[in-house]
Amino acid sequence: MADFDQELDASGLNCPLPILRAKKTLTGMESGQVLHIIATDPGSVKDFEAFANQTGNELMESKEVGGKFEFLIKKA
Amino acid sequence: MSDEKKLAIIATKGSLDWAYPPFILASTAAALGYETEIFFTFYGLQLLKKDLALEVTPLGNPGMPMPMGMDKWFPVLGLALPGMQGMMTSMMKKKMASKGVADLAELRELCQEAEVKLIACQMTVDLFELNTAEFIDGIEYAGAARFFEFAGESDICLYI
Repeated sequence: MADFDQELDASGLNCPLPILRAKKTLTGMESGQVLHIIATDPGSVKDFEAFANQTGNELMESKEVGGKFEFLIKKA
Repeated sequence: MSDEKKLAIIATKGSLDWAYPPFILASTAAALGYETEIFFTFYGLQLLKKDLALEVTPLGNPGMPMPMGMDKWFPVLGLALPGMQGMMTSMMKKKMASKGVADLAELRELCQEAEVKLIACQMTVDLFELNTAEFIDGIEYAGAARFFEFAGESDICLYI
């Protein structure tokens, strides 16, 4: 996995909390920085795709690792 | 006029289960960059109380999944027994907490942090003689015309 600047563990949280926490964390980050998110909500896979599409932040990576979902989002 | 997308919601229901959709959608929309307003009217005003004593009822709701297969063998009238609603509410809350579903008050705070505008229907406040001291801070009191001012320019408008 590529380098990242901040990490957010949203394990155990259900919709819409992973997205809300990610948005909040991104707000405190600089443009171009990368956020690594870990989630257990299976719905978050499509949700982070949709989040990236609508906010302009880039979803660099989305994968499943040992039953958890991991995402890399680069702040626009 | 901003070029932000806009979401307008009317929240009319005051039960624990129906309290979720307006706050989930509003907070998510705000996170996606929507300018969002929720207009609370009739029973929806319960969602603005500081003390969210909301309950869920299985009565008149055949779609509600019941624990332990109760819907299969429990007569509908039994659901009207005293204490049944409280029991269902506490089971629902436990279930929500165990599944990582957001606490309602937390979700509402997230909406306020994200500058979702919460508007209470003044007419209903008067009708039910609600005590506005019991409501959270930062809400606006207005009528239908105020709703249309925003809803008329909205991209999405929902009645919940």
